[in-house]
Amino acid sequence: MPYTLDTQEVDTARRSFTRGIVALGGLAIAPGVVLYHSAEAKPANQPVSGKQRWGMLVNTNVCQEDCDACVTACNEENGLWSLDRPATDAQWIRKLHVKDRQTGHVTSLPMMCQHCEHPPCVDVCPTGASFRREDGIVLVNKHTCIGCRYCMMACPYKARSFIHEPLQDQLPHSPRGKGCVESCTLCVHKVDRGDNNTACAEACTKDGHQALVFGDLNDPDSEISKQLKRHGGSQIRADLGLNTGVRYQGI
Amino acid sequence: MAELKQSMLVSRIAHSRFLWLAVIMVTCVSMIRVFAGSPENIPPPKGKYSEDTVCVEPVEIMRRRHFEYILDHRDKTVIEGIRTKQYSLIGCIDCHITPNERGEYARYSEETHFCASCHLFTAVTIDCFQCHADRPEEAVRTTLDLSGTTAWFLREVHERLQLDVLVQ
Ligand code: HEC
Ligand code: HEC
Ligand code: HEC
Repeated sequence: MPYTLDTQEVDTARRSFTRGIVALGGLAIAPGVVLYHSAEAKPANQPVSGKQRWGMLVNTNVCQEDCDACVTACNEENGLWSLDRPATDAQWIRKLHVKDRQTGHVTSLPMMCQHCEHPPCVDVCPTGASFRREDGIVLVNKHTCIGCRYCMMACPYKARSFIHEPLQDQLPHSPRGKGCVESCTLCVHKVDRGDNNTACAEACTKDGHQALVFGDLNDPDSEISKQLKRHGGSQIRADLGLNTGVRYQGI
Repeated sequence: MAELKQSMLVSRIAHSRFLWLAVIMVTCVSMIRVFAGSPENIPPPKGKYSEDTVCVEPVEIMRRRHFEYILDHRDKTVIEGIRTKQYSLIGCIDCHITPNERGEYARYSEETHFCASCHLFTAVTIDCFQCHADRPEEAVRTTLDLSGTTAWFLREVHERLQLDVLVQ
């Protein structure tokens, strides 16, 4: 088991609350539902606004234990080439397997930046490099990041990576370099050009699992909002009151 | 007598192989210097920005103030999500960094890279290309396979021979 949630109270509390949802969700999310939501792209010369709040819904009931299509797609989209040093290779999204010690049931889920409304990484950043964009995407402004890594300590989700070595062959839309912290950007470059989807969610859909739905949490007609309204979705470490933009079903 | 001595000296100098070698070497070196950094050796931009302006602003202004435009656009893009193309760094690189006649794209570490050519001459140091691609996407993609193979080779050597020096 590569990772288990280590806070016993939280684990059990959430489990008893969500056990019903597992059953419900399993019934209600029929396979083969096409999850597309078309919204107009923001004009390129306009700043983003709080009208949108981008988020992601993860349905762990359909997330496959042996699949890491989302991880591969993320690495390719953002040029996260491995240096073959797993301890320090950048990781914007990773797969976790959480085992219920009582029942032996294993839940498989992707973990990434949860794009909190109240992000601890932003609170602790001494330069303001860690920030939350108006539309809810939590980012590192690498032009002001000094690499102190306080944000990595503060993040309850271990979502951030530090770049220890000089990099080469970065993709033009995804600049990255030594001495900065980085994490999931919700594919901000794709969102800004109006793709309305992230690389991980696209890959999951392409593989026929549809465990990931990206969308606007503020738009009641978006697929993600409709699903969340109908079936609910929990936050990991909801006790911290961070109001995460990434929600999970089935845990 | 003096005349004879002088002409002997001249002919000795003219016949000295060492001297000719030196002259040839100096000429070669200066030619390399002249051509390498000269604009003819920097592949031209892809095209004009618009009907009226060749670059994104008039060239005289770009020469003096290009960095102000890029730096201003940088903050607007990262913080506010403004994605106009005019002052985008991706845009500069896309138009200005083109392949030479052998199909190679210059890196920022070479003096034939459009941005580096000038910065070398004016002793400007920038860190932008530690993170930003110094070549357009099509060029990055073509070298990716190569660097992957090189990395694989170094890893193999490392594993088999335990040579730490090779894998820095
Ligand atoms: C530590 C890495 C890093 C360094 C160094 C860096 N940048 Fe960036 N830059 C980024 C990241 C990350 C983005 C965000 C990319 C996105 O959201 O599309 C960015 C975005 C930009 C953008 C907006 C996107 C575009 O291409 O128009 C500009 C302009 C820019 N940087 C200019 C610069 C300049 C000029 C320098 C050097 C003075 C520089 N950057 C140095 C990481 C870096
Ligand atoms: C669509 C193509 C295009 C784009 C995009 C573009 N340029 Fe240019 N730029 C040109 C052309 C053409 C010239 C004129 C070159 C010449 O006369 O040889 C030029 C000239 C320049 C010069 C003056 C060079 C000299 O000879 O003194 C600078 C500096 C410059 N550009 C910087 C930039 C920067 C910085 C950006 C990005 C903000 C940029 N350019 C974007 C096409 C472009
Ligand atoms: C015509 C020559 C010339 C060309 C071509 C040129 N630069 Fe510059 N650049 C300069 C000079 C000179 C400075 C320093 C100006 C100063 O400090 O007042 C400078 C400064 C900069 C700075 C600001 C450095 C800082 O820390 O303030 C950036 C960023 C920059 N250049 C980016 C570029 C990029 C990107 C390109 C290629 C697209 C480019 N330059 C092409 C001459 C040039």
